[in-house]
Amino acid sequence: MKKITTFLIVGCIIFLISCAKDKDLNKFLSIEIPAGFPQPVYQFTNNQPTQKGFDLGRMLFYDQGLSKDGTVSCGDCHQQFAGFGNLDHATSHGVDNCFGKRNAPVLFNLTFKDNFFLDGGVTNLELAPLNAMTDPCEMANDLNKILVYLKSKPEYQQAFQKAFDSDEITSQKMFRALAQFQGMMISADSKYDQVKAKTAQFTDQELRGYQLFSAKCASCHKEPLFSDNSFRNNGLDITSLDLGRSTITSLASDDGKFKVPTLRNVEVSRPYMHDGRFKTLEQVLDHYQNNIKPNKNLDPLLKQDLALTDTYKADIIAFLKTLTDLTFLKNPKYSEE
Amino acid sequence: MKKLLLMVAIAAVAFMSCKKEDAGEITGSGTLNFEFENVVGNQPLVLTTQNYTNTKGESYKVDMFKYYVSNIQLLKADGSIYNVPESYFLIDQSDASTLKPSLSNLPAGDYTKISYTIGVDSARNFAGAQTGVLAPEKAMFWSWNSGYVFVKMEGTSPTSTAANHNLIFHIGGASATVNAIRKVSFNIDPNILRIRTDKSPIIHFKADVAAMFNGKQNISFATYNSMHGGLPALIIADNYAQGMFSLDHIHN
Repeated sequence: MKKITTFLIVGCIIFLISCAKDKDLNKFLSIEIPAGFPQPVYQFTNNQPTQKGFDLGRMLFYDQGLSKDGTVSCGDCHQQFAGFGNLDHATSHGVDNCFGKRNAPVLFNLTFKDNFFLDGGVTNLELAPLNAMTDPCEMANDLNKILVYLKSKPEYQQAFQKAFDSDEITSQKMFRALAQFQGMMISADSKYDQVKAKTAQFTDQELRGYQLFSAKCASCHKEPLFSDNSFRNNGLDITSLDLGRSTITSLASDDGKFKVPTLRNVEVSRPYMHDGRFKTLEQVLDHYQNNIKPNKNLDPLLKQDLALTDTYKADIIAFLKTLTDLTFLKNPKYSEE
Repeated sequence: MKKLLLMVAIAAVAFMSCKKEDAGEITGSGTLNFEFENVVGNQPLVLTTQNYTNTKGESYKVDMFKYYVSNIQLLKADGSIYNVPESYFLIDQSDASTLKPSLSNLPAGDYTKISYTIGVDSARNFAGAQTGVLAPEKAMFWSWNSGYVFVKMEGTSPTSTAANHNLIFHIGGASATVNAIRKVSFNIDPNILRIRTDKSPIIHFKADVAAMFNGKQNISFATYNSMHGGLPALIIADNYAQGMFSLDHIHN
């Protein structure tokens, strides 16, 4: 009798524990908006993140099987240590040795953006991966083939079932899981953030750099996201070979304009510019000081002399390095399992 | 006798009022069946093999013809409007199962006018990943410039200067600068579309591929042969808004 009672009690406890664990996995994950950040644009409407949805998103993100020939995953060109940009690749290396025409953008703080890619062509976080999945120079696949692949894999059947309480695998669920994973990527724990939270202090040089940055750079690279999400021409070429924003809007006044990139984690996400032409931050600042070209759509703010002396440049770079967020760059929850 | 008369009178009044109610209030819900018959001018649309000629005298063939019809509105004679919720059709000439869609749960009634959007409303263009006929794997969604292709025509013409003499007309755009959303309306008068719980009428539309290339602006395939949205696509949208769809007949 005693044995049976003990057995029952132990059984109940195990049951309760496993239940609780399962409940945890189904619980909505909270999305913490860092202090000073704006309200998210992507609100996770009808797509409340859960641990299981997030896990499925991560599984998809790192799966090369989503590409045409099984060789390229999202994570191959969006590397965590590079702020989910593509380190040392001016443009990304897709299937069949094809190189795309633009530098892979970093991926974090995406829920705060109202459009994606350097030309802003995609307007909803859920559909951003579609571009890479189907672009002939990236993953070059067909959505129908991706769905056949996912449906054929027992691990996906299981993961979709867990994430969405249904055994039906659809592209909408795939995109929503990816949006959960990518939307939860928040980078807001750099030294800069710690200084703002008064838990760290800038060095003298970093502080000088911050003051210079605020005066000369921050109107476009606006805090706290370090981008104002606008499209501008920054005088790289007299005539831009890549029309950028105007490929989307069909407006000549947008020719050669590109999205102002965030500068968070900029230290680790080289090379720079839409075509990755600059390998170092020094080259970038040299461009702004000496090489601005009179493009017809050159941003008015760049028509003045920024007066960046070598000392100023060094100070600004010291400040930019305080935007590196190691907590984010090394966070195992975003890494391939 | 008086009593009997009174009873007859009462019965007559009751009967009349009954009849009146019948005529005035049609209740319940019913189904409306659509038929989309794709044509080129006055010829049937036959994919890949048949030669057609545009208004500029240029010969062409059609390999693909797909389009969205959405946001269907039904109007009654009294001016009241019923917006059919979630009404999205994707008509694809190569897939016979798409040519006869239907709408169920419509309020029964006598309808005198029908309108719909050629394409997809602005909101759905930007609303994230969709399902059903709006799912991106239907290959009617631009990955690099978010939004639906409203009308997709592909084919060939010896006049086309594009590679392999291809014709590629992917028409769409729901943004402030490129808005290809077009709405069309059809009067059903003098006929009436009668939707009843026990009657499912058929409404038969013709969709004329040729109307993409003539009407507001007659185009030559030497000038226009490859469009992926953008401002030139609006030329085609304005053309097809004028003459692509016609209400051929209804069966009540």
